[in-house]
Amino acid sequence: MRKLGRTLIATTAMAMVFGGATAQAETTLRILTWGSYAPDKVIEMFEEKYPDIKVEVTFSNNEEMIAKLRATGGAGYDLAQPSHDRIYAAQLEYDIYKPLDLSQIDTSNMDPNLLAGVKANTTIDGEVYAVPHQWGTSGLMADITKAPDFNSWDDLCDPQYKGRTSMRLKRTILLGTAFAMGKDPFAAYADLDEYQNILDEVTEKLIACKDNIKTYWQGGDDLSSLMLSGEVIASETWDSTAYKLYGENQNIVFIPPETGALAWIDTFTIPRKGEADDAAYKWINFVLQPEIVTMMSASTGAIAAVNGGIDLLPEDKKAAVQAAFDDEDIANLKFFANIPAGVEDMEGKALERIKAATGG
Amino acid sequence: MFRSDASKLSLILLMTPFVLWIGLLIVLPQLGIGYISLREKVGPREYELGLANYIDFINEPIYWNTLLRTAWMSILVTALALLVGFPVAYYIAKIAQQRSRAALFLLCLIPLWVSDLVRAFGWIVLLRETGVVSGMLQTAGLISGPVELLYNDVTVVIGLVYTVVLFMIVPLFSTLDGMDNSLLEAGYNLGGSRVTVFRRIVVPYAMPGIVAGCIITFMLTAGSYLTPILLGGKNSSWFTEQIYDQFITRYNWESGATFGVLLLGFTSFVVWLGLRLTGQSLANTVAKE
Repeated sequence: MRKLGRTLIATTAMAMVFGGATAQAETTLRILTWGSYAPDKVIEMFEEKYPDIKVEVTFSNNEEMIAKLRATGGAGYDLAQPSHDRIYAAQLEYDIYKPLDLSQIDTSNMDPNLLAGVKANTTIDGEVYAVPHQWGTSGLMADITKAPDFNSWDDLCDPQYKGRTSMRLKRTILLGTAFAMGKDPFAAYADLDEYQNILDEVTEKLIACKDNIKTYWQGGDDLSSLMLSGEVIASETWDSTAYKLYGENQNIVFIPPETGALAWIDTFTIPRKGEADDAAYKWINFVLQPEIVTMMSASTGAIAAVNGGIDLLPEDKKAAVQAAFDDEDIANLKFFANIPAGVEDMEGKALERIKAATGG
Repeated sequence: MFRSDASKLSLILLMTPFVLWIGLLIVLPQLGIGYISLREKVGPREYELGLANYIDFINEPIYWNTLLRTAWMSILVTALALLVGFPVAYYIAKIAQQRSRAALFLLCLIPLWVSDLVRAFGWIVLLRETGVVSGMLQTAGLISGPVELLYNDVTVVIGLVYTVVLFMIVPLFSTLDGMDNSLLEAGYNLGGSRVTVFRRIVVPYAMPGIVAGCIITFMLTAGSYLTPILLGGKNSSWFTEQIYDQFITRYNWESGATFGVLLLGFTSFVVWLGLRLTGQSLANTVAKE
């Protein structure tokens, strides 16, 4: 019995020493990001340049990123990429990020407007918590041969397209519908009672609209197959999904709604208990180099937040963006405003009411 | 001395994985969930103990309607799975040749080799508007235009029955398999009709299997997530989806945990009620020798 115990202890000790040694030899950079935001090719090039850093990637989305970091108090990842509107309140509420050391990041090449915007949105007590990486929009897409005049969030509820439209039942459609009704939901964030009124109207509108919708899409893949099969001819969409479909069928274009497409910026943040800050800063600087930006955009379909980001898009995506946006549309972009505490709950309730309503 | 040490050690070694499993993966998380469900949020990073989350649940018809809907549809799925599963289990256990039994059983098992997700997508490919079934009906001239078969409650029920029916067949098969054929023969010899024999001999004998199968399928259905979400479309609220939304979309762990506790409590209650109504107990069915 004793002997067995000793052997066990010895083996465990050896394993620990051994394991410790390998862990010390190289840093692991654990990135929590969106699907396609860390293409294999880019990781390969990064690891070639920094042979002592090993990159591990977990794909996720805004809500899950925050839920994961919240569960661990900001441990388990060294770099996260939530959207710019998901940082301020989450930080106040759950303390999951750490302030960035801006001297470590080469901001000279970043688009100054986007950088200033993200900084303004994510500064708490004078500390900046995020810098921009890529931006894109949410808007509409339609098969222009079947829905030539599609240009407003409202049109999703137009009876002439009955059973042929789709949307994702998330906050984007609430905001879009509010804009289409002539409201400014972002301005109403300052007065939550006012925002509740807007939400109630939007909820009613979307419940009435339910009959018109074929189904609510859940992710880029089912949306793509709904559009490509022709089962749906117009939908609320992420621009990147629309650009991908444009590559397969040039009749499917992204349409910025007349009230303005909703723009998001995905950022770089460092989780509070991240263990590889140096490596994280190296990654940030690495992926913002022009030649990497093009590869990254090819994979994500989003536009890098660097000077001339649109010109750095790969050719097919550039064509899709140019088919969708003119300068006026770009000037009309509505950037998502910081989500104040409590709004998620209000919006969540509105979404539940819509989902539970028996429309058709 | 040595012997008792060894037997003690083997007992410990055998029990450890079980105790760790139950303790770390079931009891501890449940306690945690129970605790979170009793936390009331009063401000950022500020909580106090209270029942507010449960009161919210009662005051919001959407929540308990969804819970009732989920339970009701789960009962329907369980009943259908029993209807579909019983003949299959009876055939394999009593009618099929000894030789072909293994093969038949294997056929039932094969769908389990692919994941839930893939099976759900299989249904989507079949039932969507531009899918296989719609296409075949058009070719056969039965319908004039494409027809949408997805995104309704019927599809959800079909998909769920398909997913869980195996968990009904297996316990039914094992009880029926143990039934002596001479019991049936005696029944017929005493002048019983097919119906009488089935009602008075087969069903009572198979009762432990029926109860076990029903409990497993009901619990699996009420707790399923993928199938209702993927096949259900715009009107199909499922309670697990509410829990996910509370935890992930709304960052509201307190209310998500409350829903988790309520789902566990409510499904346990339904099982208890089912046992009471059929006059069964766990001891003489599931735990029967």
